[in-house]
Amino acid sequence: MPQNLRLAAALDGAGWHPAAWRAPDARPGELFTARYWADLAAEAERGLLDFVTIEDSLGPQTDRTDRVQGRLDAVLIASRIAPLTRHLGFIPTIVTTHTEPFHISKAIATLDYVSSGRGGVRVRISAQQSESDHFGRRQVPAHEELFDEAADYVEVVRRLWDSWEDDAEIRDAATGRFVDRDKLHYIDFEGRFFSVKGPSITPRPPQGQPPVAVLAHVPVAYRLAERSADVVFVTEPEAPVQGPLVFTDLVVFFGDSEQEAEERKARLDAIAGAEYRSDAEIFVGTPAQLADRLLDHGAFGYRLRPAVLPHDLTAITRGLVPELQRRGAFRREYEANTLRGLLGLDRPANRYAA
Amino acid sequence: MPKQIHLAAHFPGVNNTTVWSDPEAGSHIEFSSFVHLAQTAERAKFDFFFLAEGLRLREQGGRIYDLDVVGRPDTFAVLAALAAVTDRLGLTGTINSTFNEPYEVARQFASLDHLSAGRAGWNVVTSWDAFTGENFRRGGYLPEDQRYVRAKRFLETAAELFDSWRAGDVLADKESGRFVARADVGAFERHDEQFDIHGRFTVPRGPQGRPVILQAGDSEEGREFAAATADAIFTRHGTKEAGQQFYADVKGRLAKYGRERSDLVVLPAATFVLGDTDAEAQELADVVRHQQVSGQTAIRFLEQVWNRDLSAYDPDGPLPEVDPLVGEHTIAKGRAQTRMYRDPLDTAKQWRALAAEKNLSIRELMIQIQARQTFIGSPRTVAESIDDLVQSDACDGFILVPHVTPGGLDPFADKVVPLLQERGVFRTEYSGPTLRDHLGIP
Repeated sequence: MPQNLRLAAALDGAGWHPAAWRAPDARPGELFTARYWADLAAEAERGLLDFVTIEDSLGPQTDRTDRVQGRLDAVLIASRIAPLTRHLGFIPTIVTTHTEPFHISKAIATLDYVSSGRGGVRVRISAQQSESDHFGRRQVPAHEELFDEAADYVEVVRRLWDSWEDDAEIRDAATGRFVDRDKLHYIDFEGRFFSVKGPSITPRPPQGQPPVAVLAHVPVAYRLAERSADVVFVTEPEAPVQGPLVFTDLVVFFGDSEQEAEERKARLDAIAGAEYRSDAEIFVGTPAQLADRLLDHGAFGYRLRPAVLPHDLTAITRGLVPELQRRGAFRREYEANTLRGLLGLDRPANRYAA
Repeated sequence: MPKQIHLAAHFPGVNNTTVWSDPEAGSHIEFSSFVHLAQTAERAKFDFFFLAEGLRLREQGGRIYDLDVVGRPDTFAVLAALAAVTDRLGLTGTINSTFNEPYEVARQFASLDHLSAGRAGWNVVTSWDAFTGENFRRGGYLPEDQRYVRAKRFLETAAELFDSWRAGDVLADKESGRFVARADVGAFERHDEQFDIHGRFTVPRGPQGRPVILQAGDSEEGREFAAATADAIFTRHGTKEAGQQFYADVKGRLAKYGRERSDLVVLPAATFVLGDTDAEAQELADVVRHQQVSGQTAIRFLEQVWNRDLSAYDPDGPLPEVDPLVGEHTIAKGRAQTRMYRDPLDTAKQWRALAAEKNLSIRELMIQIQARQTFIGSPRTVAESIDDLVQSDACDGFILVPHVTPGGLDPFADKVVPLLQERGVFRTEYSGPTLRDHLGIP
């Protein structure tokens, strides 16, 4: 039985079910306020979770008026709520296809500074022409190319994080020098899709390399995860991926009894007008039942997607977590102050340091 | 009621104004420094906090410039984080329109406006240098003469994106099951010489509708651009008369855009040195100027105009007899300052005359030219000067640049602000929640 199961919560709008925003305790009028996100982060931290992820995209979720539309920039949500917590990690989503690696590198470095070492980033590609039309710069390349470009993107982001050695700032009054410029490095990246000179304008972040995550369910994404990521979110058991820490995604609908959970889901499905489907497996039941299942599989960790917020997040933090603690499978207090620390990753050496 | 003063706090920047060698100087990158300055500004009821930006580390003589502070955070991320530790203070920053796209920047500013409950502000700058462009996948494409076109179209496009959601579009009505009022919320379309984009914007209208727009720029084109589009303008002017001329000029341009004189707030950047007495402040100011302009720094400044390696010259000696190298500027990169001296031969002539007249060494000359503080004196003297400049329409207030991070604003907040409040020219409480409320603009 694992002594140290890792648990994360995937935050997205009102929850992952399309009718989540109409659930009794949903707060749909607050989705675009800091308080809503701060409350969710506080709840996740209360449950000693390793981190939360925040979904994002560069296009609308839907064109239906009966579903949640609109979302705030995930990196900014994370930056806004991180200073209000002390241990929880934050992994916002960014899109590699249409953004600048230089900007994202310093944004995640800054998230790492404002959270004192609890920042990370999940990278995704955008394959939709409709999103490309928001930028007007290119036709959507072939799928393989998008993933190759994402790998180059992560390489640039990582090199920029290392482009300042940790002791580059010297403040040497005797010689009048603020930095030792021999410890600042041009990254001189030149690839098929872009080139970036460096160094970053932002010094190396507290964790050195904030963890990079990828969601993968197809071979090309597994390869990206193996090449580029510290953490991979998978949607099938026994996913063919080697190297990064594996978190298995599950959508969760909780109830005090299995029947109540089933009824909740049925009500939401009825409102949505269709049975809920997902790329990930769907769990419907009690926190104790989920504890049984998680421990049975012996996985490293899980990223749970609450069907409804805050209901199913609260069921994780106040139901599932105590259940796992009773079984000796989950922490009773935070054992580290950085996200890498919680994940058991050392602070890496700088690739440019002599 | 007398005219009310607007005040903003500029986080000390990556140039020689910031004295990193001061024993009180703290980190320029740790979040605690940003929190300190923002909370000081909010305690003093300032209008807003401001961050500058530079997207490539400066170089001189082919190497990274190491005499000044180097390194800064991401503007958006640090402003969002500051929203967590302040309640009322406006949160503004510089975002470049060349190395960004409107869809992404509009998303970020609209998000910041929501996450700060209506306190976001954007200083729009446009650079065209290929040097900075080397850090970007789409860099170095913009000719200098198109920079205002780019900025203008960028702002227009961003405005269209901000307006693509109307105030009542989010219903979030559980009873009726309608989350949004119409299926095509966020729809936009934009085709011009800079942008050819269409689709759906994804951030609902922020509390301020649009973030506050700030601009800098003293040129004819810059003034007109500000009069047409900006809510506040940053300036520099040496004297009260120059300020009054500028003020009358830009305010006079507003009517033709259907705007009131109060719709554009004029805020010069200002530095200050306080002492218990005016004499003490003068002495202190001289010390600070010498900290800001070391011998090495003076030589580097001179190189930026001379466009030559002058490292062999003695900063305590006379100006070089050799003339500036005219032509493409190669010695200093990543600095706006080099553009201020468009005619280096003429600048050299003026400086030689000044140095001869006052018998100044290179360093003393550079101190005269580069390091004059705006306000020097006792708190009372400084408060009177600020009030006088505002009441006589040289400006509407100041954006203050402390020379020590992060505590440099503390004495101003503690000693000068109460005097301005006593005079009835500065708020004692915020009148509303948004930055637009603080600035008194629609």
